[in-house]
Amino acid sequence: MKKRANFAAWVGAIAIFATISGCATRPDANPVDPWEPMNRSIYGFNQSVDDAVLRPVATAYVKHVPEPVRIGTSNFFSNISEPWNFINNILQGRIRNAGETLTRFSLNTVFGVFGLADVATDAGIERHSEDFGQTLGVWGVPTGPYLVLPLLGPANMRDGPALIVDYAANPVLQLDSQAAQNTLALLLFVDRRALLLKTGNLLDEAALDKYSFSRDVFLQYRRAAIRDSNSNAKAVDEERYDLNP
Amino acid sequence: MWHGANTHEQNERTDMNRRFFAQLFGRGAAALALASSALVLAMPAAAADEAADAMIKRLSTEVLETIKGDKAIQAGDMSKVITLVDTKIMPNVNFQRMTASAVGPAWRKATPEQQKRLQDEFKILLVRTYSGALAQVSDQQIVVKPLRAAAEDTEVLVRSEVRGGVDPIQLDYRLEKTPGEGLGWKIYNLNVLGVWLVETYRSQFASEINAKGIDGLIATLQTRNQSNAKKS
Repeated sequence: MKKRANFAAWVGAIAIFATISGCATRPDANPVDPWEPMNRSIYGFNQSVDDAVLRPVATAYVKHVPEPVRIGTSNFFSNISEPWNFINNILQGRIRNAGETLTRFSLNTVFGVFGLADVATDAGIERHSEDFGQTLGVWGVPTGPYLVLPLLGPANMRDGPALIVDYAANPVLQLDSQAAQNTLALLLFVDRRALLLKTGNLLDEAALDKYSFSRDVFLQYRRAAIRDSNSNAKAVDEERYDLNP
Repeated sequence: MWHGANTHEQNERTDMNRRFFAQLFGRGAAALALASSALVLAMPAAAADEAADAMIKRLSTEVLETIKGDKAIQAGDMSKVITLVDTKIMPNVNFQRMTASAVGPAWRKATPEQQKRLQDEFKILLVRTYSGALAQVSDQQIVVKPLRAAAEDTEVLVRSEVRGGVDPIQLDYRLEKTPGEGLGWKIYNLNVLGVWLVETYRSQFASEINAKGIDGLIATLQTRNQSNAKKS
């Protein structure tokens, strides 16, 4: 309870600070990222923490922990997030996906031994990951300005606070023992960072400016995750710079 | 430091954040996604033009099989992958259109030499990125969705999905009809998990051009390519 309140306070503080600094936005500010100066510094901070701590730990994890154990760990954490996926799918009206999520959870928990093995994917049942921020998006809540959260990375004014709801729903938080909670949380954290080691390298190579690259990728990804998948079909009439006018 | 803040919440948030990145680039699935934006092995020159979706399906499958079957690539031979991408894949991409679209209005102000250099450097960057992703392919499958286009459309959207990883990865292509040229269709944009390649690089290039002009952009690309090459 106390920790959720602390987090809420943290997000609230950022919101207030961001609003105040937003009022002092430069006239040439990017319309999708009016708080860019603040976001850039937080991004820079996140990168240095990542370089100093997270990346080395995740690299060591990959190096010393056998792959089946790592896969089992990833599967376990994915599985315990399925009930929340289910609820969000229902809230978004994606009934069929909700049904599949429930099937996945049952199959993986029982036949997959508490989620260690992802038998549902092998059986051809897709994952339908939905978080509360996406639910709010489907309900029509606008995202608000882009935001980089300390240590947590890209977000926006809608999804940041929505995280509070996501966290409250995470089974890891329901455990009684604080030590168990911390251990599992740490493991989850390292597991996810390990999955992203190659991503980090790719980002280093492909992006001219990592900050704006990760921002634009994040924004497009979140928009697409909420939208009807068919809305991609219509080609926007683009100006053809390669042809002579 | 914010001592009171909860690591669990951080981790869950990281979870969502990381999950999308993991999907976007993780393991081999997205590798394949980037890779299969291209076309493959030698095709008979006089082949009749295929439907765009049939072409993508055939070529994606062929790329997949090549990567999976080549021991050197599976062992991590990057130079082999780069050669594969360069010679087999890139000829089926309308790279000029892709580069011009990413550069935007400044393209018209660039001299032909600048345009050529932009194209060359951008191509090296993308080949390198694709190859890095391709090298991670292991056992993914491509499923191409039915084409929703009229027969006379000269620009189409082909939707596909990469399966075999944690989550399926959406992979879409925009192709333009090039009758008589190559395989009859050329790719000019690519979408992975809702993210369009050209749009993403548009803002990357725009800030470079605003700060340093076209020559500045060319120099930045060149520096990046050189440092990437040193890594392999």
